[in-house]
Amino acid sequence: MSLNLLGRFARSPRVALNRVPRRWSSISQRPGSDRVQFPGAVNSKFTTEMSFINPTDLPSIPTFRVMNSDGELLDPNRKPLGVSNEEILTWYKNMLAVSVMDVVMFEAQRQGRLSFYMVSAGEEGISVGSAAALTPDDVVFAQYRETGVFQQRGFTLKDFMSQLFANCNDNGRGRNMPVHYGSKYPRIHAISSPLATQIPQASGAAYALKLQSLQNPDIPPRIVACYFGEGAASEGDFHAGLNIAATRSSPVVFICRNNGYAISTPTLEQYRGDGIASRGVGYGIDTIRVDGNDIFAVYEAMQEARRIALSDGGRPVLIEAMSYRVSHHSTSDDSFAYRARVEVEDWKRRDNPIIRLRKWLENQGLWNEDLERETRDKMRKDVLKAFGEAEREKKPPIREAFTDVYEEITEEAEAQMKELKRILETYPDEYDLRQYQDGVKGI
Amino acid sequence: MHTLRSSTLRLIRPPCRRYSTAAPSAASRLNLPIDYRSSPLLHHSSASLSNNLELPESTTSKSLNMYQAINSALRTALTASNQVMLFGEDVAFGGVFRCSMDLQSEFGSDRVFNTPLTEQGIVGFAIGAAAEGMRPVAEIQFADYVFPAFDQIVNEAAKFRYREGNTEANAGGMVVRMPCGAVGHGALYHTQSPEALFAHVPGVRVVMPRSPSQAKGLLLASIFEHNDPVIFMEPKILYRAAVEHVPSEYYTIPLSKAEIVKPGNDLTIVSYGQPMYLCSAAIAAAEKAMGVNIELIDLRTIYPWDRQTVLDSVTKTGRAIVVHESMINYGVGAEVAATIQDGAFLRLEAPVKRVAGWSTHTGLEFEKFILPDVARIYDAIKQTLEY
Repeated sequence: MSLNLLGRFARSPRVALNRVPRRWSSISQRPGSDRVQFPGAVNSKFTTEMSFINPTDLPSIPTFRVMNSDGELLDPNRKPLGVSNEEILTWYKNMLAVSVMDVVMFEAQRQGRLSFYMVSAGEEGISVGSAAALTPDDVVFAQYRETGVFQQRGFTLKDFMSQLFANCNDNGRGRNMPVHYGSKYPRIHAISSPLATQIPQASGAAYALKLQSLQNPDIPPRIVACYFGEGAASEGDFHAGLNIAATRSSPVVFICRNNGYAISTPTLEQYRGDGIASRGVGYGIDTIRVDGNDIFAVYEAMQEARRIALSDGGRPVLIEAMSYRVSHHSTSDDSFAYRARVEVEDWKRRDNPIIRLRKWLENQGLWNEDLERETRDKMRKDVLKAFGEAEREKKPPIREAFTDVYEEITEEAEAQMKELKRILETYPDEYDLRQYQDGVKGI
Repeated sequence: MHTLRSSTLRLIRPPCRRYSTAAPSAASRLNLPIDYRSSPLLHHSSASLSNNLELPESTTSKSLNMYQAINSALRTALTASNQVMLFGEDVAFGGVFRCSMDLQSEFGSDRVFNTPLTEQGIVGFAIGAAAEGMRPVAEIQFADYVFPAFDQIVNEAAKFRYREGNTEANAGGMVVRMPCGAVGHGALYHTQSPEALFAHVPGVRVVMPRSPSQAKGLLLASIFEHNDPVIFMEPKILYRAAVEHVPSEYYTIPLSKAEIVKPGNDLTIVSYGQPMYLCSAAIAAAEKAMGVNIELIDLRTIYPWDRQTVLDSVTKTGRAIVVHESMINYGVGAEVAATIQDGAFLRLEAPVKRVAGWSTHTGLEFEKFILPDVARIYDAIKQTLEY
């Protein structure tokens, strides 16, 4: 019966089957054809040689780089970057700002003035370089080690500090753990702790942006940039997100930060293929591997990825940016429990994105030791000042614990707020409300 | 022989089927198959529509079953706003339950489309689209298969607005539809009703209609009248069985508002979805046998739910029973019973009884012993009244 039904619908002009793109024109095999006509794999040649593909026989995907670790451009014939020196200087300062803030805040956590922190040492080039290729209207979904994306897109020290101290100026209204930043415009969706959940969301968001531009030509084409680590790429949501982006032709650029570790787990225990990039090909996605310590390579790859993403009515792109997680995973982690201190020191010394760009700037005569010292000192002072101000600010009013669960406060929540207020008023000595805006009246 | 046997059976008791579903004993008085054609819960004529104050006045209507009513709601929604998009597994050709019939050809494959077979992907995709201002209606083919998307619903959709705070981004435009409940032979993975699991999650709304006209009004309200993620559960046994007059135009039925389906003074029964029909049959039998007058309430929205209507009713009647198909342990009945105990304690004349699925899995051949039926509801009425 179901077969009959299908047959009837297939012939009916009202039914949309004909409009869905199909890979094959006929179910039957052409006589004498040298290739398969199965619907699941068209254009596959027959072979009488039984040969399994062994991934280790395939060459590793190459890593794109523009400048070497001495800050020299490798290809003398390459076309110019198309970015002004002033702008490159801004990238440098943004990387530096993140790194200065990281050191101060990591220490602040160690002193117990902050509950938690995650630095991005070694990965500043990936976040700043890729964000530099976005327009302010593009949308970002991030994991948590993308402070440079926020910095490059205009997040201020006050914004960072307000979030870290969960005070009344925090975009997240004091609800999220530190480093879970979010920005309204340019839009960077608030970071959530569950890994990889942002990946299929990015595919859906990109599809929405595409549809909106189709429906209203006044809306310029936009992309979504979606960041995640190589560990998160083991989650089912990575598979779901890339596959659905490919089948729906979503204009999304996936940026994988492959820094060698997911907390304590080295990549050999994370996967056995050729990194994350090799998987992109399997999903039918344009893919590139870049040197994450080379901000020029990251920028150029991202700029081209953005162009590809908006071509042909939308196409997802995967960028695997290689780097090394110089820092501990977080303030709750001592990475010397699972890797040698010497390995980390070696990476720190050998190569990192900030030093590499600094060398380029110095080669161009745009930077020197004095400027470096002055800039670092000023940045450190600015961070400490913003830190102090944020620390002294009041926490959001207690009602914010209940708002925004639904668009409107439910009757149940109202009753619970009333009950909490009664408790706070009945047992005033049990709760210290001085830090919260409006104290007990804040509910 | 086989044919002969089934045709003989048909002669004896027409609605009887060879599945385990509805094979009551020949002497059954209570556990008879539900006759949806005569159920007082459905609008069998367009005239009865006008008695319902929630439905639009003076309207054209059409007799539709529930999948047709949902199809009508989706068509209305896709017409009303180009922010609405519809997707899931096998949605493009009309859906395995026919709910999206003809919608792709009418609205194009940009807005009505198939996704790869990945529930976490479908819900994640919907959250992202909603976060950028669309009103995605995602379909999970069976509620039994929503669990791969549980993380996306619980940790992401439900918490999106809360964690975004001042940025005001939210996933409120999304609705996740899923067929749920028993059909008589769905066994372990085509039978479940996981509404209680979602009702434990602040940030999502959980809705379950009992009829075609409700399905349309509640679905349109879920899509357009709330900027909160909605889990919309459709009792799939009603897709073809429940037929009634449904207004043709756009209308909504408010969420978080229960409906007093039948007023009464001696006992309150609270239920939702398909068991509403079982309750109705049990009430008819009990009222006839015991000369009592029972109030029947349809919750419609399981969370956030309409406590006041239930408490007002129990304050009046002093006795309550909660009926649902999903299992009893930590089920919706537990929340309703605890709320009644808390809010109507002095008025209670008997313990609040819960009639629900036993705390086991729905093994294929055992379904009729596991899920609530008219006999069990009848017995609960009797025990509660005689307490």
